[in-house]
Amino acid sequence: MIAKEKHVLVVFPHPDDEAFGVSGTIATHIQMGTGVTYACLTLGEMGRNLGNPPFATRESLPEIRKRELRGAAHAMGLTDLRMMGLRDKTIEFEDDEKMVDMIKDLIDDVSPSLVITFYPDYCVHPDHEATARAVVRAVGRMPEAERPKLHCVAFANNTQTELGPPDTIHHVEAVQDIKLNTMRAHLSQTAWMLKDLEKRLADQDPEAIKWVTEERFYTYRFDQGYN
Amino acid sequence: MQPVNLNEIQSLIDQFANKDVYIHLETTNGSYATHVDEAFFNAGAFIRNAKVRYELGKIIGDAPSRVGLKLELGWIYAQGITHYELDSNKRLLMAGHDHQGKLAVALQISETPFE
Repeated sequence: MIAKEKHVLVVFPHPDDEAFGVSGTIATHIQMGTGVTYACLTLGEMGRNLGNPPFATRESLPEIRKRELRGAAHAMGLTDLRMMGLRDKTIEFEDDEKMVDMIKDLIDDVSPSLVITFYPDYCVHPDHEATARAVVRAVGRMPEAERPKLHCVAFANNTQTELGPPDTIHHVEAVQDIKLNTMRAHLSQTAWMLKDLEKRLADQDPEAIKWVTEERFYTYRFDQGYN
Repeated sequence: MQPVNLNEIQSLIDQFANKDVYIHLETTNGSYATHVDEAFFNAGAFIRNAKVRYELGKIIGDAPSRVGLKLELGWIYAQGITHYELDSNKRLLMAGHDHQGKLAVALQISETPFE
């Protein structure tokens, strides 16, 4: 059961980051009538999936991914999509305080009761880590009583060992089709993965079913730093 | 993009010689390489909109090919080039795509800055 929120703010760096682990949760909030804002920091300009033979170039990819991101928002029923204009793979090199300010401005604007991002130190990609640090800092600097809940996605290989099991698991079977359509919207990046996933789902592979029906979150523990 | 055609690429490289040009140079294994294989040593480099002028540029070897640009004071080169395109903005885009269709290297030359 997903708790009813006042407003949800989702912050990820790349188009498609929302699709795999969070799109079922986003779609559920929207179906419950809760406003959801998705701030996507880059256009995934440095994506490597360009095909062989190539279907895109380094220079044409951003427009393709922007279209796909809009398609994914449409699939989830999300209307407040914000493209924040940073460049893929450069977020960690931006000024850290500028990043915190960007997130703070988003929080001030939409007053979320729940923020969803990655879990710092457990999210693998340097852009994920830099995004997570900025969000955790922005929320952590708010007076404790005013802080929104902060749900973080963690998937580094050492996550289970160090953080233990996730404290929040959303069962999203009811919106599984929406979730799959959100992944399909990012076809330039997901085609190869979807082919494999759809076959495994057709074969009733329990791991694949769990992967599309369960979304796992860790509530951020502010005693861990990044203030 | 088209598969490498040595004569056509050489003629395009020649057209940008002795002019101020902007360079995009990139090598990458992807940000997940070490996540997928912890023994993998991940390295890459990226430069965008370096303004240079080269006096001589060459493409050598059947694809995956090598491209080298001789600058007044230095060099630029890329290896592993498999495809190219002169895009609608008259920019020479060269890239090396691996067997899975993932970009591994890119060298791009333009008379105007890349966005």
